[in-house]
Amino acid sequence: MNNPSTRVSKSNGLRGFIQKYESTILASSAALAFLLLWEILPNLGLINPFFTSSPSRILTAAQWLFNHGFWNDILVSLKEFAAGIGLAILFSIPIGLMLGWYRRLNAMFEPFITMLNATPRVALLPLIILWLGIGIESKIAAVFLGAFFPLVVNVMAGVRTVDETLLKCARSFGANDQQVFKTLVIPTCVPFIVAGMRLGLGRGLVGVVVGEMLASTAGVGHMMSLASSSFQIDKMFFGLVLLAGFGYILTELLKRLEKRFNSWRS
Amino acid sequence: MKLELRKVSLEYQMRRSQQSILALQDVSFGVDTGELVAILGPSGCGKTSLLYVIAGLLPATRGEIRIDELPVNQPGHNRATVFQSAALLPWRTVLRNVTYGLEIQNHSLSQSKEMARSLIHLVGLTGFEDSYPRELSGGMQQRVNLARALATSPDVLLMDEPLSNLDAQMRELMQLEIQRIWLETRKTILYVTHSIDEAVFLADRVIVMTARPGTVKTIVPIDLPRPRILGHKKNPNFHRLQNLLWDLTEEEFIKLGEPGSEMIK
Repeated sequence: MNNPSTRVSKSNGLRGFIQKYESTILASSAALAFLLLWEILPNLGLINPFFTSSPSRILTAAQWLFNHGFWNDILVSLKEFAAGIGLAILFSIPIGLMLGWYRRLNAMFEPFITMLNATPRVALLPLIILWLGIGIESKIAAVFLGAFFPLVVNVMAGVRTVDETLLKCARSFGANDQQVFKTLVIPTCVPFIVAGMRLGLGRGLVGVVVGEMLASTAGVGHMMSLASSSFQIDKMFFGLVLLAGFGYILTELLKRLEKRFNSWRS
Repeated sequence: MKLELRKVSLEYQMRRSQQSILALQDVSFGVDTGELVAILGPSGCGKTSLLYVIAGLLPATRGEIRIDELPVNQPGHNRATVFQSAALLPWRTVLRNVTYGLEIQNHSLSQSKEMARSLIHLVGLTGFEDSYPRELSGGMQQRVNLARALATSPDVLLMDEPLSNLDAQMRELMQLEIQRIWLETRKTILYVTHSIDEAVFLADRVIVMTARPGTVKTIVPIDLPRPRILGHKKNPNFHRLQNLLWDLTEEEFIKLGEPGSEMIK
């Protein structure tokens, strides 16, 4: 593995700076070049900005949006996402642990979980909207359904990887079920939970956006759907930028979390 | 008598064939306080199962196990097991692995840590308290395994082939270390092994087991002076005992019917 910190110690000044931040510099220059082309090509008349928009147009649209109550849309979407994910984590971990640990529970419910996990969640949305209405609740349910299943399936798989010998060791000290869960099963499952979160967060985000586009009164997806039906490409693009940025931040946060829990591995 | 087994038998059902297999039959022996007794037998003779029965991890089908005259049939604080694979929690540091048994037995963490530090010192791992298991050699991992078992202050220490996963030189070194630790703590130890060399070097007495169903074939006292050093392995007395145990285990090994085993004699 390349170790930037040891290379830097040998050289100083600008060269050292460049070496240290090489990947960051490369990534930001590529992004900058892309943005520049995106801005220049429509202005040169080479492509039609009606379909592609451009960074400056998106900025103007963003300004207009924030002056017209867009904060509320963001807040609504965030609320839906956070509540849905929160509930999914809250329920999936204990349920996954139980289903993974107790053979009979597993035999009873595994087919349900597998089937629902294989069903495209988007197909359930019309039903959910009928049941829960077009308010925030139906979107919370959409996020929940998106995130719950990958998490449950992962936790169940994690439980099965608990080391037999470690289990014997815990039992030999007289550990009860609760202690086995706390000291062995849950720590074993942490990497599986994080992997499930990676999937679940993505699917939760799909749930928010598609749910809002289908039926809602507010939210980022709602704004995008409105903008699309009135040919306001710039606003749509701003919605996309927001979602992409949000997804990126979530991924980075998860990486941090993974590192924190896997410190004993590396 | 610290530990006493009276006609302990173990039978288990094969999952598929519904057949029951007699793994242990009427095993009886005793271990005195502070004694180090080795159980020697060919693989598959049920010596590890016997250890698990004594540990309370497997229920005996018949018979009785007593420690200090009190019957035992489930895991308890008066016993601790050193496992064949180190069985360390990979996400815990050495210190927190050693405190593990004490935590399970509801001792306070600060008290457990204090105890753990003194045992880490005893097994020669001072300075490695904050290391993770994967950073340690196989021998060091087994030292942690041993320290964790000793930390709960068991009356009887059960050791299941603790050196069998180590390379030859490390095994010799660890034999010396186990003797040193035993001489310092004077624990009652039941030591399962398939290595004749290890049994003669470490034990006060060696219980030779028969092939399945496992039972006590004979008990050989090892009358070599302590502390034993690796050089003793070259002495005629050591060889005499080694040969005696070879002959005893050979008969049982042939019974296993491995292809080609008829050529041993």
